[in-house]
Amino acid sequence: MNPERRQLLAWGAAAAAGAMLAPGLRLVELAQARSPEEAASKLQRWGLLIDIAKCGECDACVTACHEENGVTSRGRPTTDPQWIRKVSLADRQTGYVQTLPLMCQHCEHPPCVDVCPTGASFKRADGIVLVDKHTCIGCRYCVMACPYAARSFVHEATSGQKPDVPRGKGTVESCTLCVHRVDRGDTPACVVACNRDGGRAMAFGDLNDKGGVLYQRLRDEPSSQIRADLALNTGVRYQGL
Amino acid sequence: MTSVQYREIEGRSAGYAALLGVLGILVLGGLAAAWTMEHQGHFITGMSNRIVWGTPHVFAVFLIVAASGALNVASIASVFGRELYKPLARLSGLLALTLLAGGLAVLVLDLGRPERLVVAMTHYNFKSIFAWNIFLYTGFFAVVALYLWTMFERRMNRHTKPAGLLAFVWRLVLTTGTGSIFGFLVAREPYNSAILAPLFIIMSFSFGLAIFVLVLMAACRWTGRALGDAVVDRLRTLLGVFAAAVLYFVAVQHLTNLYIARQHDVERFFLLQGGVYTVLFWGGQVLVGGLLPLALLFGARSRGSLVLASGAVILGGLAQLYVLIIGGQAYPQLMFPGKEVRSSFFDGVVAAYAPSLPEVALGVGGVALALALTAVALKVLPFLPRSLADGEVAPAKA
Repeated sequence: MNPERRQLLAWGAAAAAGAMLAPGLRLVELAQARSPEEAASKLQRWGLLIDIAKCGECDACVTACHEENGVTSRGRPTTDPQWIRKVSLADRQTGYVQTLPLMCQHCEHPPCVDVCPTGASFKRADGIVLVDKHTCIGCRYCVMACPYAARSFVHEATSGQKPDVPRGKGTVESCTLCVHRVDRGDTPACVVACNRDGGRAMAFGDLNDKGGVLYQRLRDEPSSQIRADLALNTGVRYQGL
Repeated sequence: MTSVQYREIEGRSAGYAALLGVLGILVLGGLAAAWTMEHQGHFITGMSNRIVWGTPHVFAVFLIVAASGALNVASIASVFGRELYKPLARLSGLLALTLLAGGLAVLVLDLGRPERLVVAMTHYNFKSIFAWNIFLYTGFFAVVALYLWTMFERRMNRHTKPAGLLAFVWRLVLTTGTGSIFGFLVAREPYNSAILAPLFIIMSFSFGLAIFVLVLMAACRWTGRALGDAVVDRLRTLLGVFAAAVLYFVAVQHLTNLYIARQHDVERFFLLQGGVYTVLFWGGQVLVGGLLPLALLFGARSRGSLVLASGAVILGGLAQLYVLIIGGQAYPQLMFPGKEVRSSFFDGVVAAYAPSLPEVALGVGGVALALALTAVALKVLPFLPRSLADGEVAPAKA
């Protein structure tokens, strides 16, 4: 067989193999996206990447979160729940000022889940840390355990609840990473607001998806975790901290 | 020595009725406070999202720790074979049960959803020290009840020693669990230390014995029972040793922190600049709870000084737990080393807290419940010996 012909056949075989495999590969991809009925999967690890350099003196993320989740203020700052807050940092030596949004960091090894006596505080397979409002007894041990002060205890009766976001007096709550939106294939409200009205500092994505923006940025750019010394492997990462 | 004669207290006097009446009112006050907190929500208390465990937890932890310590007197008799303590063993076991009941009542009634207690009994996360404690606390009731049965039932007396040993080991594990509630909190600098488990054990020895002494002396006095110097002197020495040991563990805890640069800010807070917490540490915990009892116990050797010293140990213990539980939360969590932190959630600042009436009423209600249960039990069953006069109890051998 002459070399050209051999080459041609090889290409042809490769093309045929590709044609046969491609739908299969596409199926794998489709299988990874889940339908609303399907349980959360370990294939994903949802997370956020927040570039502090772009985060300015606005609170679009905070407003959007509390609006989306029906978290209302009673004008009592010490007991009003806060699912996300803006934190200002000033360097003790130089006075250099930064600001960043802080919320549940959706740890891989969440201390809140470890300490919860009833298992109400739990981590979904896709890394989202949640509170089961039906089994939370309101002991607040998770609030004690959280390194990020990310949890709030509902100190009084709630009003204006959203159908997707159950809340209740006497239980503990925190950022759900807008799990109801994520399960629909949407992006968390804070990220949408930041990219629409804020400094475009926040990105949402799948830490496991090698083709995804989040994974690629974390691979190519420096980033950090708050209290990385605790080795909790947070789902929320920061740049410029 | 002849076998000890036990007898129920009569409980028909006006004094007894008045005691139960006052305690009953305090218990009702505690229940009313819990009901109000449950219906209104915890915002009516001094607690907040920064101080999630408040005054009720100070009382609850105090009672739970003291419960396990109150059992010590019985353990010394049955496990370590000291005959002098044997007549006191039943009261010791009783106080262990009633104090624990009072403490748990406070803890449960402070829950955000106390009606979900059944959830806590049916859903377990075995990595949680709280979940272990549910078993340790309920198991403690069973083990101490069994232990008391071996003391009360003559045919079971020969099993008192193994039952006492089981109860002794159980109480050590139980208090280790209570201390570890705080010791296992990795992200809070004031806690997060293995020393909290042994510290809580020695605190339990001290607080439990102080309550035991006061209850014993009150019961003997009010029921006209003799209480000889042999018993009193032994309890006095024991309380002194325990109070000193608490000071020792506290000193080691703080010295260790003072050596670690990362912990310097925490120590500066508690020892120097923590406001009410610094005052309570030096004035309440160290002076009233430690040095004053030592001076009273080893200085003036009168019964009055033993009563005062026991009261001081109890007040100092409450101060110690207030500093640990509330001060430990008030101290800002370290998230950004080297940065001044500010936020709408009170990051970076010492959290404000003042005890509220419902919290105090609930805590005091728990203490009243424990004492009321004790008073009723003393009337129903023969927990107290007829006499603890010097000739009636075994001579102090060790």
